[in-house]
Amino acid sequence: MKRRAELGIAFLLLGAAACAVMFLVVYALGWPHMTQYLGLCLGAALALLAAALILTSAKLFPADAEEVVEDYPPTEHPMDQHEADQVLSDAGGRFTRKRLLGGAATAAGAALGAALLAPAASFGPFLDTKSFYYSPWRRDRRLVDEDGEPLRAAEIETETFYTAYPENAYREELAAPLVVVRLEPGELEMPAGRKGWTPEGIVAYSKICTHAGCAIALYRTPRFGAAEPGPALVCPCHYSTFDPARGAEVTFGPAGRPLPQLPLLVDSKGDLRAAGEFSGPVGPAFWGVRTRRPSSS
Amino acid sequence: MRQALVAIVLLAGLGAATVALAEPPSGIVHEPGGSEHSKAQLGAGLFAANCASCHGPLGEGVERANDRGAGGIAAQGPSLRGVGELAPDFYLRTGRMPIAHAGEEPERQRPLFNSREIAAISAYVAGFGGGPKVPHPHPDYGSPVEGMSLFTEHCAGCHQIVGEGGYVSGAKVPVLQHANATEIAEAVRIGPFLMPKFPKSQISDADLDKIVAYVLASQHPDDRGGLGIGHLGPVPEGIVAWLVAAFALTGVCVLIGSRLKT
Repeated sequence: MKRRAELGIAFLLLGAAACAVMFLVVYALGWPHMTQYLGLCLGAALALLAAALILTSAKLFPADAEEVVEDYPPTEHPMDQHEADQVLSDAGGRFTRKRLLGGAATAAGAALGAALLAPAASFGPFLDTKSFYYSPWRRDRRLVDEDGEPLRAAEIETETFYTAYPENAYREELAAPLVVVRLEPGELEMPAGRKGWTPEGIVAYSKICTHAGCAIALYRTPRFGAAEPGPALVCPCHYSTFDPARGAEVTFGPAGRPLPQLPLLVDSKGDLRAAGEFSGPVGPAFWGVRTRRPSSS
Repeated sequence: MRQALVAIVLLAGLGAATVALAEPPSGIVHEPGGSEHSKAQLGAGLFAANCASCHGPLGEGVERANDRGAGGIAAQGPSLRGVGELAPDFYLRTGRMPIAHAGEEPERQRPLFNSREIAAISAYVAGFGGGPKVPHPHPDYGSPVEGMSLFTEHCAGCHQIVGEGGYVSGAKVPVLQHANATEIAEAVRIGPFLMPKFPKSQISDADLDKIVAYVLASQHPDDRGGLGIGHLGPVPEGIVAWLVAAFALTGVCVLIGSRLKT
């Protein structure tokens, strides 16, 4: 009875270990709908572990075991008993089962531990942060809208906002999308060193919030600026609020630094183009951002 | 008999005075005998009596807080030149105007003017410098399904996906449950208070029809399971799920405990 239970427990533990290994395999291969398979593997591993624990408590430590209070009678034949112990230990049946159980438990623990730690690899490169600084924006690259049409300076209206992408570049890059707004040139109070970045009062910032990387999808525009809160770019995730007239400095919310600004120019055809590169690294801050931050922001 | 008549007249006069005093000082003034005036006269009279103190007698606005508007009343308000019929129609039809102070968020209330008065004021304001007419959206032409994706892209960041409103930095976002098609279209084009406006280059009239169709559809949601839980999305639904789970888990704990005791 006990023997069968121990085998069953070992079997369940090895099953849990196998499921955890499967989790690692799925994670490493990056299957489509990966998260569902990951959940399935992890769920099965934990369920098997739970079953093994239940079986352990029920069969190996039965509830009535505590009621056995009688002591063993004093040893009557010490020599014989020693001999019997020797024989038992040589036969080794129970000893290997114990080792099997221990081994299965170790395997399950190690595999589950590895499965739980492995996804940390998704946090990104550990030491090499060079790719974080990549931006498709270069001087003279044209701004285009969602349909690939160039953004014309004359068509940018006040009190509304536009999303722009780099022409002929991959749009899924974190640094690709921009939020573009037009303000009255008189309202602008740009940080030092950004003279000429805002032709006709048109300003462009990275659309990616510097807090958690959401898209800046809200633009606050007062109908009556004299008495209402001023214009602001707002992130819908945690309401980080940036002042577009002051180099997107943070006026509210959890963001730690301004949105990187892209200097603009208007070409001879009236299209908007980048006049240089971003004022700082795009997206949520990472190690090294503050030290490599340009002095102007 | 005559004494009784005098008493009645006096009492009536006192009553009228009490009613007049009870009116809030910023209460609106209707044109007496309004139905006899032409539309233009009615609009001019109502504007002068109710709007000019903040927006200026010619709709030029009162920019600085210390300036005095019509009648020497210290007030402040934006210029109405070029807003057309669209903006006054929206603000008056939804009861958002008048407000007590500039800078206060205009909120939906019972409209204080009737349809004829609103049309008259709107036409009068449009006379200050032209501007857009009242839009006539056709939600029947628009697909609410496409409207939902446009609403998600342009509106749901503040108004929430089923138009329940909420809060953003600096403003309370209005609920869209009571807005009709015209009001939705007007708000998209104006961008009232802190909302950005969406010109036709951003949201075409055809897209606007879809958005309006979706908002109207969202006013009567088909709640699967029977309870909307505020239509606020995953947060309240999650809290309810946790409450249910807490009860279930407590039940399981009690069950386990009682088994061990025996």
